[in-house]
Amino acid sequence: MGWLEFKRIPREEGGIMMQTKIYSVVTVIILSIFLAGGNAFGVSEAFKQNIYNPGQLKATDSTLKVKTGDMAPDFTLPSIHHGPVALNQYRGKKNVVLSFVPAAWTPVCSDQWPGYNLAKPIFEMYDAVLLGITVDNIPTLFAWTNQMGDLWFPILSDFWPHGKVADTYGILRSDGVTERAVIIIDKKGVIRWIDVHDINRRPPLEDIVNALKKVQ
Amino acid sequence: MAVTLAFLLSAYCCAIAETPEPAKGGQLPEFSLTIPSEPVYRDYLGLSGSGTFKITDIGAKIVIIEIFSMYCPHCQREAPAVNKFYEEIENNPVAKGKMKLIGIGVGNSTFEVNFFREKFKVPFPLFDDKNYAIHDELGGVRTPFFIGLKIHDTKTHEIFFTQLGGFKDPRQFLELLLKESGLQ
Repeated sequence: MGWLEFKRIPREEGGIMMQTKIYSVVTVIILSIFLAGGNAFGVSEAFKQNIYNPGQLKATDSTLKVKTGDMAPDFTLPSIHHGPVALNQYRGKKNVVLSFVPAAWTPVCSDQWPGYNLAKPIFEMYDAVLLGITVDNIPTLFAWTNQMGDLWFPILSDFWPHGKVADTYGILRSDGVTERAVIIIDKKGVIRWIDVHDINRRPPLEDIVNALKKVQ
Repeated sequence: MAVTLAFLLSAYCCAIAETPEPAKGGQLPEFSLTIPSEPVYRDYLGLSGSGTFKITDIGAKIVIIEIFSMYCPHCQREAPAVNKFYEEIENNPVAKGKMKLIGIGVGNSTFEVNFFREKFKVPFPLFDDKNYAIHDELGGVRTPFFIGLKIHDTKTHEIFFTQLGGFKDPRQFLELLLKESGLQ
C-alpha cells in the first residue's frame, strides 16, 4: 500500500465513514497548501493576490523612433490627480524623467514606482520631475497606484488613442503594452538618455541617478 | 486522487520558484553574503577578513533575517518599526549579543540598499541580492518576510520562525521570538 492509502478500519468501528472523513480532510489540507501558496511574483506584500504573472516575456519588442539629441515629441495625457499633463509645461523649468511601465497589476512594475516614491529627494536634487506612464486607463491606474501609498509624481494614462505617446517614441510592444523604459528629457526639451530595459527586470536606480547627474 | 494531486503539483510549481519557501523546523538554503567593510557591522556580526560569509558564521545564537526590497511600500512603512525592534534587542539583556538582525534587499542593487539604509537610518547590516539569486533560493517569498534562525554550537542551524508582513509592536515581536527560539 502506498502513502495515499489508509489503514482499513473495521466496519463495526465506523470504519468506512472514518476512512472517508480522513480522505476528505487530507484532500482539503493538501489542496489548501497548494492553493494558499499564492503568487510569489508580486514581491511586495502590498499587492497580495492581485498580481497577474504573465511569465517570462521577450526582453524588448519594439523599435525606437527617437534617439538622444532629438527633441522629445510633445504630448498631453490625462493624469489621475493632476489634470491633463503636457510635456512642454516643464520646458525651461524642470528636467523630465518619463517612466513607462508595461501594465498595472503585473510583476516588477508593481514594485518600481514605490521605489521612485522613496527617491523623491534624488529627483529634487537634480531638478527633475517624474512622470509615470502606462497604457492602462485612469480607473485602473487609480486602483493600482492607490496601493503604493501617496505618490508624489503625476501618473499619466496613455490609454486612448491606445499607446499613442508610447508609439510616437517607438516603445509600444506588439501586444499593446509599453516597454519598461526610462527617458530623460532636459529643460530645453532634448532627449538626453533612453533606457529601454529588459521588461522582466527593473532598471537599477543608480543608472537613473547617473544619467541625471550628466544632465546638470 | 493521485492524478489530481499531480495536476495541482504541476500547476503550483509552474507558478512559483522551484524551491519551497523557508518553513519552521526546516533548514535555510545555503547562500553567501559579502562580509561588510564597515567596522561597526563587522563587530556586530562577529566577522573578520574579506570575501563572503554564510549566515551560520555570524557570532550569534539567533539570527533574524528581514527579506525586504527598497521598492516595496510595505517594507518602507515597516522600516521605523523594524528599527525599533533592533533597539529592543539591544536593550534586552537576554537578547543583546545573542540575537542579531540583518536585512537582505532582494532584487536591490548596492546603491538601492544603501539608499534605503540612509533614508530610514537603518542601524543593522543590510545586504543586496541584486539578481534575486537569494530570493529564488528562498522560494521567492513576498516582502517583508522575517526568518528566525537558531544557530547551534556545531554551526548547524534550524529555522524556528517565519512571518510574512510586519508586526504591530516591536517589543512584543521580540518577546515572541525569544519565546519561540527558546532563548527565554
